[in-house]
Amino acid sequence: MTTLTLATGHLQGRRLPRAAAPATALVAAALAVLLGQISPVSGVAGTTCVAVVLFFAGYTALSFAVEGSRHAIDRLASTLIYASFLAALVPLVWILSTVLVRGGRVLSAGFLGHSMRGIGADATGGGVYHALVGTIEQVLLATVIAVPIGVLTAIYLVEYGRHSKLSKAIGFFVDVMTGVPSIIAGLFVYSAFIVSLGFQRTGLAGALALSILMIPVVVRSTEEMLKIVPSELREAAYALGVPKWRTILRVVIPTAIGGITTGVMLAIARISGETAPLLLTTFLSQSINFNPTSGPQASIPTFVWDQIGSATHPALDRAWAGALVLILFVAVLYTTARLIAWVTGGARR
Amino acid sequence: MAKRIDITNVSSYYGKFEAVSDVSLRIEPNAVTAFIGPSGCGKSTLLRTLNRMHEVVPGTSVTGEILLDGENIYDDTVDPVNVRRTIGMVFQRPNPFPTMSIYENVAAGIRLDARRMPKSELDGLVERSLQAANLWNEVKDRLKKPGASLSGGQQQRLCIARAIAVEPAVLLMDEPCSSLDPISTLAIEDLIDELKNNYTIVIVTHNMQQAARVSDTTAFFNLAGIGQPGRLIESAPTALIFSTPGQKATEDYISGRFG
Repeated sequence: MTTLTLATGHLQGRRLPRAAAPATALVAAALAVLLGQISPVSGVAGTTCVAVVLFFAGYTALSFAVEGSRHAIDRLASTLIYASFLAALVPLVWILSTVLVRGGRVLSAGFLGHSMRGIGADATGGGVYHALVGTIEQVLLATVIAVPIGVLTAIYLVEYGRHSKLSKAIGFFVDVMTGVPSIIAGLFVYSAFIVSLGFQRTGLAGALALSILMIPVVVRSTEEMLKIVPSELREAAYALGVPKWRTILRVVIPTAIGGITTGVMLAIARISGETAPLLLTTFLSQSINFNPTSGPQASIPTFVWDQIGSATHPALDRAWAGALVLILFVAVLYTTARLIAWVTGGARR
Repeated sequence: MAKRIDITNVSSYYGKFEAVSDVSLRIEPNAVTAFIGPSGCGKSTLLRTLNRMHEVVPGTSVTGEILLDGENIYDDTVDPVNVRRTIGMVFQRPNPFPTMSIYENVAAGIRLDARRMPKSELDGLVERSLQAANLWNEVKDRLKKPGASLSGGQQQRLCIARAIAVEPAVLLMDEPCSSLDPISTLAIEDLIDELKNNYTIVIVTHNMQQAARVSDTTAFFNLAGIGQPGRLIESAPTALIFSTPGQKATEDYISGRFG
């Protein structure tokens, strides 16, 4: 008795062979190329779209004919999910590979170790050192300002201000802040500190603008992490006669520290690439300036912006290399933070 | 030292809902008092009221008077933190701190509170507490391992060790064996029997055999219906409750005929 021939009354129905998917894909691709010859839809993008649509239709129809409707719908849904996954990967891989290839051309120890002082737009050479120094200092300062405010706000919202009017108001304004365009933060610092109070354009002013962008992200992510700490753990500490503030400091925060670190890192990654607020507050600089409290200071985003503006070949190469340095900078920061969180994570590991 | 608890006309509320109504009960020192009764009758709420854990939930309130050796724990001048230092608690589900080792979990009451204690003294305290919880022999070689790496029964004994490390006078247990297997349950019950030499113990349990085995006094709670507050029906020496209960409701409940 063969179980493969009859569907009704048997546990096993007919299934498509494994080769069905690649075979359908090949046929769809070939058809799309042929269609491209005789129809107005042509070019790589057009042919790819036609091929994809043909594959979906053909594969589902084939499955419907052989396996029945339930399997056909299953295959269609699975294919859609895989296709969405690939579509989501395309921009990521594209951006990364372009930045790696184009930025890799000029990225060298010399590029990391030199500033742009005295280098004209048409000249090769020069580097990102001054901008790297600026970005490290500005991001560090912004983090030092924003993380305590953000984490403490989240602690208030979750641990103390539950359902109070004040915490609702704070939550509302945090949401509003999340939606503020970054240039508005730059304009605020520009008008409040530089125009009204007469401070210089400095790295510190830039860090202030960045911290405004960072605070809401830190508050929201920390809040979510604190919320998922089980209340049983808090009660376990209370039942030992531990005061509330020590419970928060020694039990709640350590339990949530992994998530809080991730949230802070995402916030840092977000502000590391901010250009608009820095143009208003730190201005541009071609020289190394270690002091964030005095004089214009470069940063990697403004460096990239500046080099693109020059639009010469050496300058464009430097812009791509600058973008690569920025990506590496965020990657190194992120890895370091995860390592720290892992090492200080207590006995859980 | 074990202390006596006198509960007078205590009612506990969640918002406007009265969960326990008008309970008056004396809990004797160096004895085990068991709270039994159907789900929702307010046993756990009353237990949490005894060490001011009830108020941790927003919107809750308590009326009446609870005296700990004559001192009202709900007096305005009383710090709930001090109450909880004196009246420890073990929860239904074992809840060792996930970020701490076995050693750190036992030392948590001291360490978290930043009370200064020399390392040698703390080592001794951890060992004594683990021994008192009958866990020392099983964990002495792996004190640095995470508390969460232990089995459920061991975790619960770790939580008991953690609770008695702060040297409370009273130990409250909220269904401490309900998530444990019979062997772990037996270990905890033996432990309760030893612990009553030093502590006042109040245990909430759904297991009537357990109440009969471990307790000296049993208090039976019941509720008239859904949405009604729980009430104390009667409280008497355990032997009496299980042989000649004073109330019909008690007899129905412990013999399995209710409703």
